[in-house]
Amino acid sequence: MKLIEAEDVWFSYNHEVMALKGVSLGIGKGETVALIGQNGGGKTTLAKHFNGLLKPTKGRVLVKGVETRTLPANKLAFTVGYVFQNPAHQIFSSKVRDEVSFGPHNAGLSSDEVERRTAEAIEKVGLKGYEDVHPYDLDYGKQKLLTVASIMSMNPEVYCLDEPTTGQDHKGRWMVADLIHRLNDSGATVVVITHDMRFVAEVAKRVVLIADGRILADMPTKEIFEKSEMLRSAQIKPPQITELAHSLTRYNVPASILTVTEMADALQSILRLHQR
Amino acid sequence: MVGNIIAITVQDFTYAYPNHSAVLQEINFEVRKSEMVGIIGPNGAGKSTLCKSLNGLIPHFYGGSIAGSVTVADMDTMKHSVAELSLKVGLVFQEPSNQFSGVSTKVDEEVAFGMSMMGYPREEMRPRIEEALHAVGLQGLEERSPYELSGGQQQRLAIATVLAVRPEIIVMDEPTAQLDPVGKTEVFQTMRDLNGKGYTIIVAEHEIEAMAAFADRILVLDHAEIVTQGETRKVLNEVKKLKQMGIDPPSVTELCEILRGELKIDEGKFPIELNEAISLFSRVLREHAK
Repeated sequence: MKLIEAEDVWFSYNHEVMALKGVSLGIGKGETVALIGQNGGGKTTLAKHFNGLLKPTKGRVLVKGVETRTLPANKLAFTVGYVFQNPAHQIFSSKVRDEVSFGPHNAGLSSDEVERRTAEAIEKVGLKGYEDVHPYDLDYGKQKLLTVASIMSMNPEVYCLDEPTTGQDHKGRWMVADLIHRLNDSGATVVVITHDMRFVAEVAKRVVLIADGRILADMPTKEIFEKSEMLRSAQIKPPQITELAHSLTRYNVPASILTVTEMADALQSILRLHQR
Repeated sequence: MVGNIIAITVQDFTYAYPNHSAVLQEINFEVRKSEMVGIIGPNGAGKSTLCKSLNGLIPHFYGGSIAGSVTVADMDTMKHSVAELSLKVGLVFQEPSNQFSGVSTKVDEEVAFGMSMMGYPREEMRPRIEEALHAVGLQGLEERSPYELSGGQQQRLAIATVLAVRPEIIVMDEPTAQLDPVGKTEVFQTMRDLNGKGYTIIVAEHEIEAMAAFADRILVLDHAEIVTQGETRKVLNEVKKLKQMGIDPPSVTELCEILRGELKIDEGKFPIELNEAISLFSRVLREHAK
């Protein structure tokens, strides 16, 4: 059984235009999946179905085998945590600590447990020392990390992160990437919505390309960046290093390269081979 | 295009917000007319503060303590009001919605807003609105609500509101940070067009590949200080220094630093754009295959 299953999901916000037009996919435990595609294509609408914030107009979504239509969103929050694109849509407390402890406190956990989870989540996102700061005094990048922490304290099985790298500097990007790796290592499933293809290459093993309410492609990250025509039609540019690899395939550079390190290794082995 | 006329001189400039320690320390740089200069650095390094120092918001609006001087279009920012300075230098914010007046229901009204606050006569406003909207590629959308525009269009409108005053210098503080890739491309293209028309452009950015393609020079800010500055290639070639500060240089440049031994090329000559890297590696691999 998949952790999340979408079966022929159609969705309309206004009963006129369909934002999702028959989307089907399954997400298994421990996967890291990137939802990519231009704005207005349906990425966020789809992800909001995973934790029951939205319910399908037609079709169904199952979380651990149970249809989301039969579950209240507050129940689903224990399984699937959703981090909004805009931190202002999520943050409502006047202190970092209160923002992070709200979820577990509200869930009725013991105060020791609430405290432990809060401290742990704040530390993991690198906000230690900011516990008493007003969230709106944090810069945008740190606000986004705070919204991740406030979901981490609920300890969900699935994290949906909507554009976690927007407004981050490079350090912040790496911090979010590292966080995703660590969450995934500890068994969590991560779904990330992003426009940052270098970030996709670093964190996701699988990519789902969504446009005009439909899934255009659903495949391993290593393969999708080779579909240059499809990407061009969806106005998506592969990471710079992958584009370089694509231009050098006639010299035996693998086209599946995703990171600078992979590229350096590949070139070193080619250059050494010829020296012998 | 870039001549020897100085557009901006920042000299021994140190600034602290009221009741805070200095967020800019001993800043020194010059910008020539028609240059495009990128400011890069981690969040919190002082990029936004530096941008606000170039149009007089610092010190006139924020107060605080200052040493040294900032001269923009031959005006000492300390001695001229924000209103006077705004005729010569326009500031574009990260969030277009922070730039909008909030009272205009149409794109052309939004462009007119700044001018009407400055008391421009009506007949002079019309051609300026047309010119500004044309420069950012928003002609034809005059009747739209600013809030119905896409992110990239909103940011271009924000640029148009600044352009209508016909400044010589445009300062942009992370203008693409909140935009999707389509919006980013639109704004960078607009920036490039304006620079081609002779505008001096200063832009704080994290998009390093765009800076590699567009900027003549780069200033690197870290912990309130300029750590390095110079011609774009020279600065982006300082891979180790940038990485230490948490700044990622273009991927192809980073690759060359790692392969320095094999490639036998010196720092300062590493490619900073994809096309340069493709020709370099094609040549190296072709020669090795022989």
